[in-house]
Amino acid sequence: MWEIIQANKTKSWILFILMGLCLILLGYIIGRVTLEEEAGGILGIFIAGIIWFILSLISYFSGDSIILAVSGAKEVTPDVHPQLFNVVEEMKIAASLPFMPKVYIINEAAPNAFATGRKPEKSSIAVTAGLLNMMNRNELQGVIAHEMSHIINRDVLFMTFAGIMLGSIVLIADIFLRGLWHSSSRSSRVRFGGSSNDKGQLQVIIMIIAIVFAILAPIIARLIYFAISRKREYLADASAIRLTRYPEGLASALEKISGTNLDLVSANKVTAPMYIVNPLKGKGLKIADLTSTHPPISERVKILRNITSATYLNYQQAFSTIKGKATPILPPSGLRDNKDIPLLSPTGTEEKSQDSKTSMRNLGDLMRTVNGYAFLTCLCGLKIKLPPTFKEPKVKCPKCQRLLDSKAI
Amino acid sequence: MGFLAFLVIIAILGVAVVGMYNSLVTLRNQVKNAWSQIDVQLKRRHDLIPNLVETAKGYMKHERETLENLTKARSMAMGTDTGGERIKAEGALSDAISKFFVVVENYPDLKANQNFLALQEELTSTENKIAYARQAYNDQVLFFNNKIEMFPSNVIANMFNFKKQEFFEITEPEERNVPKVNF
Repeated sequence: MWEIIQANKTKSWILFILMGLCLILLGYIIGRVTLEEEAGGILGIFIAGIIWFILSLISYFSGDSIILAVSGAKEVTPDVHPQLFNVVEEMKIAASLPFMPKVYIINEAAPNAFATGRKPEKSSIAVTAGLLNMMNRNELQGVIAHEMSHIINRDVLFMTFAGIMLGSIVLIADIFLRGLWHSSSRSSRVRFGGSSNDKGQLQVIIMIIAIVFAILAPIIARLIYFAISRKREYLADASAIRLTRYPEGLASALEKISGTNLDLVSANKVTAPMYIVNPLKGKGLKIADLTSTHPPISERVKILRNITSATYLNYQQAFSTIKGKATPILPPSGLRDNKDIPLLSPTGTEEKSQDSKTSMRNLGDLMRTVNGYAFLTCLCGLKIKLPPTFKEPKVKCPKCQRLLDSKAI
Repeated sequence: MGFLAFLVIIAILGVAVVGMYNSLVTLRNQVKNAWSQIDVQLKRRHDLIPNLVETAKGYMKHERETLENLTKARSMAMGTDTGGERIKAEGALSDAISKFFVVVENYPDLKANQNFLALQEELTSTENKIAYARQAYNDQVLFFNNKIEMFPSNVIANMFNFKKQEFFEITEPEERNVPKVNF
């Protein structure tokens, strides 16, 4: 486990530098072309660097709070959902994490979860109300173990930085291409006209290279980003099993999540790679069909069901069996430790026995609790929901007209 | 010049020795801390059982024996403090708890009691936490023992007498014998 953290840190730096080089090159070429002289290249590098630096600073110091705010997550206390807190604490203990992550609930029906925070001390785990409503205890544990693995493997900081880098590259390329479009439509004669002399021709060639590069750079950067994101998902699955020793929990959780066709409204392109499964999908598509930032869920489930021991080596073997080829997906340092770790025996899948109506009611109640609603049960059996703005000392039961003490909750 | 180089080498070696020594101490402390985590959770389990018995009593009039066994196993576990004895007593308590939850299946009224459900969740979680604390302890011990065996930290470990730590062994393979909460 600790070897993996080290390997991950090293890899993070390599990718960080690679993407940085890509950014610098992009800045140079664009600057060179737009100003049409040597100094322009330097200026381009400078501007690209500044954009990247500012974005990195912001994401380092307040990335987690921005992401939590954007996704509509609310920090909750243990009494809102004791089981969620228990499960998070169980995984915290299993991971020997000295700090309890903050727990957030997102008031949405689509089941999903993510972890954030630049280091373990500042980490947070957010789950949707729909996830809590849908999963049984073992499945919830599997999901939380996956998120906890992102925290202990230091994936969050890395993915945030990689995301920022990707964002800067896309932004710069976009500005350049748009600028080009506008200027060429206005003054194409100045730029491309009179290309009879050599200098003009060279200029055109450089311009074409710049355009090609500006189109290719974001695509390549995005491919690298997706490849790494997918690897991290596999790794987090493997680490989750190392923590819970119970692959069926995560496997059936993933299956349940992929079986829904609810949309996660608050997710967007930037936050998508952080979730346990990709929340973005076309209308009418099942999440399982999308593969970009996350590996296909069906594949993840198959791997999990093929595991016979909670080691990274065994996960890698299961992966190779399923894919039919031995692509290394886990850091080699984690595979050295080949002492067998037995799994927990399955206890039979016990479903949450609730029909869709009770399920919807439970979901609604959970969302109201998150929003600070209070619940009051009348003697006639009616459950009255009081919004946090309700300040009256007495409330009348709408069914039996009894006067109830609203403070006696 | 030669003397200066010698000094530099000595200084580098000194820094490396201090660094390795400190990391060994940190690791040993982590092992100790992991062990105390197990204690915290066992204590928590002892605290929960009287409440559980109290809540269940009213519903389980015909199961006096089960409840008494549970209470007895708890006091046995609390009374022992030596290594092997204690592991045995705590194991017996785990068994008593799972027997209790099997019996509970016959009492739908009890299973519908909100108070009982909350306690059941707490106890289920505590059982899990005990298991995971043991697992984490073994992980830490493995890491520490590997450090002690491997070069170059083994030299420092020998010099300052760092001893290998013992794993927490359970005789039979541990099963997830905690019954699940059914909503």
